[in-house]
Amino acid sequence: MRRAPRHSYPGINLGEDHASADKFSEVVTFGFWVFLMSDLVYFGLMFAIYITMIDAQAGGPGPHELFDLKSIFAQTLILLTSSLTVGLAMLALKYNLPRPRIVLWFAVTLVLGLSFLVLEIRDFMNMAAQGGIPQRSGFLSAFYGLVPLHGLHVAAGCLWLIVLGIQLRVMGLTDLVMSRVVRLALFWHFLDLIWIGIITIVYFGGLTYG
Amino acid sequence: MMSSDSGFFGRLSWEAFPVAGLIQNPSANEIIANAAAGIVIIGAMVVVGLLTWFRLWGPLWRDWLTSVDHKKIGIMYIVFAIVMLARGVLEGVVMRAQQAAGPGDGFLEAEHFAELFSTHGTIMVFFVAVPFVFGVANYVIPLMIGARDVAFPRLNQIGLGLTVSAGMMLMVSLVVGRFSTGGWTAYPPYTGAAFNPGVGPDYWIWAIVVSGIGTSLTGINFAVTLYKMRAPGMTFMRLPMYCWTIICSSILIIFAMPPLGVAALLLAADRYLDFHFFTNDLGGNMMNYANLFWLFGHPEVYLLVLPAYGIYSEVFATFSAKRLYGYNSLVIATMSIAVLSFTVWLHHFFTMGQSALINAVFGIATMLIAIPTGVKVYDWMATLYRGRIRFSVPMLYSLAFLMLFVIGGLSGVVLANPTVDYQVHNTLFLVAHFHNALLPGVLFGLLAAYNYWFPKAFGFRLDEFWGRVSVFCWTIGFLLTFMPLYFVGLMGMPRRSFSYSDPSFHPFMIVAIIGALVITCGLFSVLIQLWVSIRDREKTRVPVGDPWDGRTLEWSIPSPPPPYNFAVIPQVTDRDDFAAAKAQGVAYPTPDAYEDIEMPRNTGIGFVLCVLSGIWMFALVWWIWWLAALMTVLIILSIIIWTFDTSTELVIPAEEVRKEHEAWLDLVHSATAVDRDHEAAPENRGLARPDMEAVT
Amino acid sequence: MDRRTELHRRERRRYVIGYGGSLLLTLTVFFIAHRYGTETPGVYLTIGLLGLAQLVVQLVYFLHIDRRRSSREDLDLILFSTLVLLIIIGGTVWILGNLAIRMHMGVM
Repeated sequence: MRRAPRHSYPGINLGEDHASADKFSEVVTFGFWVFLMSDLVYFGLMFAIYITMIDAQAGGPGPHELFDLKSIFAQTLILLTSSLTVGLAMLALKYNLPRPRIVLWFAVTLVLGLSFLVLEIRDFMNMAAQGGIPQRSGFLSAFYGLVPLHGLHVAAGCLWLIVLGIQLRVMGLTDLVMSRVVRLALFWHFLDLIWIGIITIVYFGGLTYG
Repeated sequence: MMSSDSGFFGRLSWEAFPVAGLIQNPSANEIIANAAAGIVIIGAMVVVGLLTWFRLWGPLWRDWLTSVDHKKIGIMYIVFAIVMLARGVLEGVVMRAQQAAGPGDGFLEAEHFAELFSTHGTIMVFFVAVPFVFGVANYVIPLMIGARDVAFPRLNQIGLGLTVSAGMMLMVSLVVGRFSTGGWTAYPPYTGAAFNPGVGPDYWIWAIVVSGIGTSLTGINFAVTLYKMRAPGMTFMRLPMYCWTIICSSILIIFAMPPLGVAALLLAADRYLDFHFFTNDLGGNMMNYANLFWLFGHPEVYLLVLPAYGIYSEVFATFSAKRLYGYNSLVIATMSIAVLSFTVWLHHFFTMGQSALINAVFGIATMLIAIPTGVKVYDWMATLYRGRIRFSVPMLYSLAFLMLFVIGGLSGVVLANPTVDYQVHNTLFLVAHFHNALLPGVLFGLLAAYNYWFPKAFGFRLDEFWGRVSVFCWTIGFLLTFMPLYFVGLMGMPRRSFSYSDPSFHPFMIVAIIGALVITCGLFSVLIQLWVSIRDREKTRVPVGDPWDGRTLEWSIPSPPPPYNFAVIPQVTDRDDFAAAKAQGVAYPTPDAYEDIEMPRNTGIGFVLCVLSGIWMFALVWWIWWLAALMTVLIILSIIIWTFDTSTELVIPAEEVRKEHEAWLDLVHSATAVDRDHEAAPENRGLARPDMEAVT
Repeated sequence: MDRRTELHRRERRRYVIGYGGSLLLTLTVFFIAHRYGTETPGVYLTIGLLGLAQLVVQLVYFLHIDRRRSSREDLDLILFSTLVLLIIIGGTVWILGNLAIRMHMGVM
């Protein structure tokens, strides 16, 4: 019989090897989940506004002229891979792997996050070059209200990664730092979930109904 | 609509100060505007002067501004709320006076009147009701569930800091520039850049965004506290009713604050960056704003009134000396209201132009809320039935609520019918309705809570006589002010009108101003009550901590409670655990052992963020871009630096706890118990003698 | 020590399975879009369902949300949030879509 790992609380956690850190993170992690759900409502509303404004193109450029599916495809793969690497970083921490392994996965995640941002900004610049600026129409306002909001979250995640990397070096593997890594992993996975919504509703939905 | 030629001070200039207007054009309107600005400046100077004179800056900083104690944060929230309440009430009086001046233009300019109703609404909802609710909840919740603090004490302090800095923006708008004229709902295009390019809507936007962040943080904090920090044995169905209402209220905050943030930020994008979310041209749709705003606005009403319901539940049970009737049904009713409140937002814009089917669906959903609310009213009445009732001040507020709130609720059911709503939409009938729900509903509850828990917080009771005067003034004042508005509303008088021509409205307006003056007396009697109570505090001390024969855990500890609340975390075995313990004669146990207590250490992060976010808002309002950018960087940096601080705990040695607790237990054993007939007498030292069937 | 290595392997496998599944779904979505175009609602329905499937895969394999334990505060939270989201997104689209039709604002 396979025995499921015992956790003091369900979901992503540090497991029994870090009992004290786990106890400490329980309350904080739950609080972070609640925060994420509140954040989810922000995104949900921006999705709703995008859906209601998909027709409000006011004669300006629409999805067919502006969206570049190849670049979106690349961004999707990059973000998905970074979700794996941030998970592996957390596992490396959880199972006390040597520090270089932890730092390696951190660094790979950071590079992936930054390259996602570079591609996204390049997309925006291409769109702007074709007249796709937020000031042009309600549809473009809704687009720029939603997709860069996700990008801003990714940027915040990257900053968080850097700060945590420094803290890992300065403060060591304390309970506090470990619990922060758990939350960062949650945050990063959450952003990937939002991104699935963005490709499905903003890009494909825009191409189908816009 | 950014202008590229904004200089070092952005668009801030000499013209922005009201004095400039007074010099150019001395009129009653300008005199009132300057008097308001003067009160703010003089008030601030007096506070600074008094603090300096009594050398209180050090204690203020050490004991309050940097404190993470939920009790002190709660008190600071309430002080802030009462200051803002004073401004909100006075604005209401000025507005009533304008309309009582009779048909014609009155003494205020239209613009000024519009600013008044905008600030009045914004202040009363966001900076009186919300902080007052948070203050009470902050103080009481950890004590009720047997916890030493909330789940995230430092986050709690940040929430307070952001709320206060946003409130300060409203004060600043009196002195520099002008506030929005778009009402508390700030509907575009009226608040859009094309129609209103001034700073007013920007003050509103940033105050709402920043206080909204603070509110969200606090809501998360309360939800997690109630989920994770309960004492052993405190199951969900043993939670005091008040805790249940705060759970539901927190859920509403978590899911309903984002729509407000989105609405305000998108409005900002329209105004600052020329986006087209709500504009008239290029595909913008202003009804999207109405939809977003009320996605927040309706749950907001319930996030304010549910905690008040919780307070009434505690007050009715305590002052009837009975267990709360129908606990399970009250829990279910509270949860139902919380969920239903997400399904009714459209009733705020029935007249928008959508199909009758949609109106019917939302109208019916709205009427459904009357069912759980009705359940509650019957439960409260059944709690009173054959109880050992004492007509203390909190009880009087609660009884006034019970009678008046039903009228407000019923007028809401009337409005829920779209066909009726078409007739009275945007009339004073609506104004009467929501004041009827918010004054007797929320404010009376908060004032009841203030009178009820004051002895817990400060160790002495509030003066009964002045308390009764305040109940009387608030109740009569409310009736005189708002009942006439129902009538003129039905006669067709629109809300927010600075002038009217129909002389038949005038007599009602005269009654309403008399009512407004009585309400002002109510406000002053609350302040007099506080002053008299502090003066006579030696006669009303209740150090043992249980002046009302309370039923829940907060009454089982000293008044005022020690910083760590509970010397030993209680083991809960019953709903109304303390009442059960008193009935069985096992209250005030002597603990077997004491342990070291870890408490969070003071921090200045909340204050730092309060100041930085205040400057950030001001810079954004006045287009001082370099300052806004600088503040953004500083805010991010200060948060990052703060996360490096690891010495966040402070240990209180077990010996110290033992000494304090044993001294208090000696006091308990030496005090004379009083029965309920002598509750208001000086011999009530806070030890209750249960003289009724205590637990049934 | 052995058991820990075993646990580590199992957890890592879980991530890799989640990654593989998500990758497969993503590739399918883009392949469909490439092969069949994005104009028809039928194709969009397929893409939408695949997106939903990927949400579930990531929730289960990355965020470790499942029904294995009785006390699932985070699952309760997610379900309640989903309910609220459905109400507010569905309601918004319903109301404003209806308004757009009645106001002849577009061809929604």
